[in-house]
Amino acid sequence: MANEILEEHIQNEYKWGFTTDIDADEAPKGLNEDIIRFISAKKNEPEWMLEFRLKAYRNWQNMTEPHWAHVSYAKPNFQDIIYYSAPKPKKELASLDEVDPELLKTFEKLGISIDEQKRLTGVQSNIAVDIVFDSVSVKTTFKETLAEKGIIFCSFSEAVQDHPDLVKKYMGMVVPPTDNFYAALNSAVFTDGSFCYIPKGVRSPMELSTYFRINASGTGQFERTLIIADEDAFVSYLEGCTAPQRDENQLHAAVVEIITHKNAEVKYSTVQNWYPGDKNGKGGIFNFVTKRGICLEDNSKISWTQVETGSAVTWKYPSVILKGNNSVGEFYSVALTNNYQQADTGTKMIHIGKNTRSTIISKGISAGFSNNSYRGLVQIKKGASNARNFSQCDSLLMGDKCGAHTFPYIEIKDKTAVVEHEATTSKIGEDQLFYCKQRGIDNEKAIGLIVNGYCKEVLNKLPMEFAVEAQKLLAISLEGSVG
Amino acid sequence: MISIKNLHASIGEKEILRGINLEVKAGEVHAIMGPNGSGKSTLSSVLAGREDYNVTEGTVTFNGKNLLDLSPEDRAREGLFLAFQYPVEIPGVSNINFLRTALNEIRKYHGHEEMPAKDFLALVKDKSKLVELDSKLASRGVNEGFSGGEKKRNEIFQMAMLNPQLAILDETDSGLDIDALRIVANGVNKLKSKDNATILITHYQRLLDYIVPDFVHILYKGRIVKSGGKELALELEAKGYDEIKAQFESLES
Repeated sequence: MANEILEEHIQNEYKWGFTTDIDADEAPKGLNEDIIRFISAKKNEPEWMLEFRLKAYRNWQNMTEPHWAHVSYAKPNFQDIIYYSAPKPKKELASLDEVDPELLKTFEKLGISIDEQKRLTGVQSNIAVDIVFDSVSVKTTFKETLAEKGIIFCSFSEAVQDHPDLVKKYMGMVVPPTDNFYAALNSAVFTDGSFCYIPKGVRSPMELSTYFRINASGTGQFERTLIIADEDAFVSYLEGCTAPQRDENQLHAAVVEIITHKNAEVKYSTVQNWYPGDKNGKGGIFNFVTKRGICLEDNSKISWTQVETGSAVTWKYPSVILKGNNSVGEFYSVALTNNYQQADTGTKMIHIGKNTRSTIISKGISAGFSNNSYRGLVQIKKGASNARNFSQCDSLLMGDKCGAHTFPYIEIKDKTAVVEHEATTSKIGEDQLFYCKQRGIDNEKAIGLIVNGYCKEVLNKLPMEFAVEAQKLLAISLEGSVG
Repeated sequence: MISIKNLHASIGEKEILRGINLEVKAGEVHAIMGPNGSGKSTLSSVLAGREDYNVTEGTVTFNGKNLLDLSPEDRAREGLFLAFQYPVEIPGVSNINFLRTALNEIRKYHGHEEMPAKDFLALVKDKSKLVELDSKLASRGVNEGFSGGEKKRNEIFQMAMLNPQLAILDETDSGLDIDALRIVANGVNKLKSKDNATILITHYQRLLDYIVPDFVHILYKGRIVKSGGKELALELEAKGYDEIKAQFESLES
């Protein structure tokens, strides 16, 4: 019975799949040093930035694409990608009136308000947004309000111009350009992203966020985000993303770096909803992302929360290097795959400092013909005395044509470490479904309830507005995938 | 209210119900008793619409509708409630959220608006008293970490919330100590009205001391072999099932 329904299968409607018709300023297809110079010149970058890019590019040329992840896909043709695409006109926007009305409409449709006034009078709490459309940041809201507190929140390009010392000091500190194939590629061709600096003793009065939108066809999106929390600072940062529905695979290769100083805390939440491809696995985003934070000094904390529902292929391991003593790393993840989606995601917790603690809660949900893998590393270095880790990796299967895999790696070089790992795999029970139906709840709603219940520990970690969105998204992503 | 005629049902090749006839009217309480394996739980599962069973023959009419044509959720929305013998746990889904979804789905089916949150919470407060359910349990995950007795009480609490026309209580007394049995029975009695009906499926006469049935039926090998008033249960308690079995076997041979 369940299989029949599965085969009838999935009217998985992707509601963000529209395109915006907007004039774009594009680089020619392909990748070479000239393209990198072109991007750098477009952004009017200083010489050191261009050097950083070129060095990364030369490195990248000698690297090979990684194949250890439990995913299979046709290798992107890196010469067939447009590395720079910006909506015209690209000039400094003095007020909202200057933003292209097509863009405004796009973000309205996506439910993102660029208008600060609307936010202020709205029922939602205030969230400052940096909006990245294809290769460029088109608008950052609440910049002035934040500046009063000394918080720098702007596009990466602006940061390169206005805060070169901070960028130079921190960029590549956690994810060096040589780190991996896609991080190297990103370092060479990144076009924009968000930059955020919270000064000593400041708690950000609002949540900061970046919204990424891929629009242009044939492009890749390569953005960089850099977040620095100075001593005693705190910020909660959100990231969301969508892309149009297309038959081609588009590449998204981002780098996110977080640095926390003494007693500082950064909470980073993602709802990843890139176009996952159609029900036969055609099209969709390749999401190859390197996210890493370092608790540089004592008593600092970095917390990653992610809800991954989109992308054709995901390859992503938000990690924390626990260098400072007593520092804390957390990773809360829900990864849902449906149809032919593939996800290989997890985290790395590298314990270097003393009394460092890390928590990993991973909830995988596989439906359709998808494959969902958790891959995680817990490493306790010599001298990281009294390090503690708790990992819990749960997998939920819907139907019998999907796969769930767990690859936990544990390396312990210090005898005082305490590491716990728990893992479960379950199927959505016919008994649970029948119980719901007997109470008048239909199959779709029942699955939504059960899945949201299963993910509750993670969803609870999300900021309020995001949690509601994520719940809806999980239900939508599973529409029709009756198990 | 419900009229079951010559109902046959099987699981795989095995026929479990072999021609059940039963008529239940509004305001009535029927008890169905019988030894292990006689088909008691199968009957409740078939009526509720569990897909594991195949109905091979017979009809069931519920409020003028062909019950067997309805999906399990529509049966529930039409007012059929099953208190499960083994209620499942749904981790992370709060009892309140679960019931609110259920209640509003049923209301939607009947063309009513969703119940306002305030009214809903008032209803929860009111009905949880009925089965002396700790308010903490209402906000916990559905049956998550509940004791056996708490699960059964929660079933009756849900029944009170959803206010069904026909409630089928599948061995609700099993695994209950005497205090819990009294609480559960008390709840069921308070929910009884001239407009609804109850089918009690039980193994023991004990429950019938608390919930007094109008009719008692004895199910054996997939058929109702004897029906009577409440005194039949007492008789059964005194003599055990052996006499019934013996009578029936001699009939069959």
